[in-house]
Amino acid sequence: MITIGSNCIGCTKCVRVCPFGALSMVDKKAVVNSACTLCGACVPECPVKCISMPAKATPAADNSAYRGVWAFMEVINGGIRPVGYELLSKGRELADTLGEELCAVVIGDNMTPFFAEISSYGADKIYSLNGPSYKEYNTDIFSHAMIELIKKHKPSTVLYPSTYVGRDLAPRVAAEIHVGLTADCTGLSVNAERNLVQTRPAFGGNIMADILTPNHRPQMATVRPNVMKKVVLRAGSNAVVVNEVIPLSANAGRVKILSKHIDDVHSLDKLDEAEVIISGGRGMKNSSGFALLKELSEGLGGAVGASRAAVDLGFMPKDRQVGQSGVTVRPKLYVACGISGAVQHIVGMEASDTIIAVNKDPQAPIFNVCKFGIVGDAHQILPRVIEEVKKNK
Amino acid sequence: MNIVVCLKQVPDSTQVKVDPKTGTLIRAGVPSILNPYDHYALERALEIKAKTGAALAVLCMGPAQAAAVIRLALALGADKGVLLSDRAFAGSDTWATSYALSQAIKKLGKTDLIICGQMAIDGDTAQTGPGIAFHLNIAQLTFCTAVDSDGKKVTVRKLIDGGHQTMETALPALVTTTMPYDYKARYPSFLGAFHAQEKPMQTWTAKDVDADPKKLGLEGSPTRVGRIFPPPARAKGEVFNGSPAELASKIVDILKKESILK
Repeated sequence: MITIGSNCIGCTKCVRVCPFGALSMVDKKAVVNSACTLCGACVPECPVKCISMPAKATPAADNSAYRGVWAFMEVINGGIRPVGYELLSKGRELADTLGEELCAVVIGDNMTPFFAEISSYGADKIYSLNGPSYKEYNTDIFSHAMIELIKKHKPSTVLYPSTYVGRDLAPRVAAEIHVGLTADCTGLSVNAERNLVQTRPAFGGNIMADILTPNHRPQMATVRPNVMKKVVLRAGSNAVVVNEVIPLSANAGRVKILSKHIDDVHSLDKLDEAEVIISGGRGMKNSSGFALLKELSEGLGGAVGASRAAVDLGFMPKDRQVGQSGVTVRPKLYVACGISGAVQHIVGMEASDTIIAVNKDPQAPIFNVCKFGIVGDAHQILPRVIEEVKKNK
Repeated sequence: MNIVVCLKQVPDSTQVKVDPKTGTLIRAGVPSILNPYDHYALERALEIKAKTGAALAVLCMGPAQAAAVIRLALALGADKGVLLSDRAFAGSDTWATSYALSQAIKKLGKTDLIICGQMAIDGDTAQTGPGIAFHLNIAQLTFCTAVDSDGKKVTVRKLIDGGHQTMETALPALVTTTMPYDYKARYPSFLGAFHAQEKPMQTWTAKDVDADPKKLGLEGSPTRVGRIFPPPARAKGEVFNGSPAELASKIVDILKKESILK
């Protein structure tokens, strides 16, 4: 943790800026506790320059043997989950900056028909593990396979989707090979030292943090669906396919799936794939407020979302929640009704093409994010909009 | 059967506000709570304890004041608590944290089932549970909403995309739990809190759990926080005022302009 010199004048400036609450005042002097993450936010604040960071213990590791940007392609219902293409598109950018190859890792059963599409998103190479034992995701089988592939080919960077599969697999792999892993990145770039700058919301989305993994390779990160943009780069091109064979994990059979249940949801109503989302917050007041949103979303062929406040108040179920602790969405149109616009909500919808906000409070932070702000009461405005939408059909 | 539940004390992030001028967090007066996911994990463990008579220990890594969440767990019915506290843990990322917790679990003795909340609300990583499972070389079952065990195996209801699946594995194993949206945490009775005072609670240091100092704190953590900054400010859009009828027709115009309506 940081060191506070004896010349502390007790001004409390550092205590106020610490994002982690690691500083407090004891006997009119600043004191640091173990919540300190060495983020350095306090250092420039100190008027008497009495806060110092610990000296760098280890010299920078030599990472030059690790090359290549990888994207793990999650297989869902026998096809490639679209977030894989989003990872490839971002990975292409990173690989170009680094001057390295972009590789897709496909672990599944009979996935060859998808290789052309994977190539079109810019992959130079596809590492393929094929066989019936890879048909269904299994922590032990998949983590063993990934670890062996990483040990063999030494990539500099591995991206995973932040999904039930990716968030089960990536931490197990990271723990075993002792590398860093940054969850739910909203931004990825490469700095002058060729390190991956992994930007993510921290502290419930109240603040952003850049995470680095300077001395360990590969650098690993997870990214939620709809955060990065898909870009078809090379339609018709063919990536080099490398067929890999890895002996099955010794623990392959220890966890069994007894039964599987898929809820029958109408595909149009799926939040993360909807092109139009009508969302409501505390300002919708009650479930009948949400009935208005449902009517409008049906008129426009979209889905209904909700802020955390609306979910906490029981207006909508948790699976409808948009934001940091819910779903991240990227629709063509996002209409936020009665949502004040807490950062936690904004990080989950800011990538939408067009955002319309309807709110009674002209000071609501949501107006700083939207393209069109409507200052008024959604309960009075929406019925009129619904009427017009119905006429237009 | 021996069960361990891992707990974290977190600031109640629903009550944290950002200073609009400086972009920094206003933490004054924000209460510390037991991470809600861990609270849910603890209640599942208490159910299994009630059914099987298992011994239930709770483990928490954090500063001295984090003992509050252990006292809460003891009052709810856990049998003993361990606070893992040492300056050597400062700056630990999820890798080093899961290593330290796994060392403490080894010291607790034979453990059959470990239940952790899926993630902490101040970090949202969901990485520490799988990390502990690796360090103990046991199976992991993540994102579960129901956990049941007879002392030999554990059966869970695990969330998957668009639904759930029932899974089973022989013990020892680690389960991480997520919460149903309508979950309301249970709090201890007066009697529970009274009896908790007699339950054993210990504080262990890095040395007590035989942890390799190279795998702790900053040195054991691959990740570094490079920079902390407020979310970027955005260009302000157009704002419209008027009567409900005017505003409604404005929205319809926008929908047409954006080709959502014809």
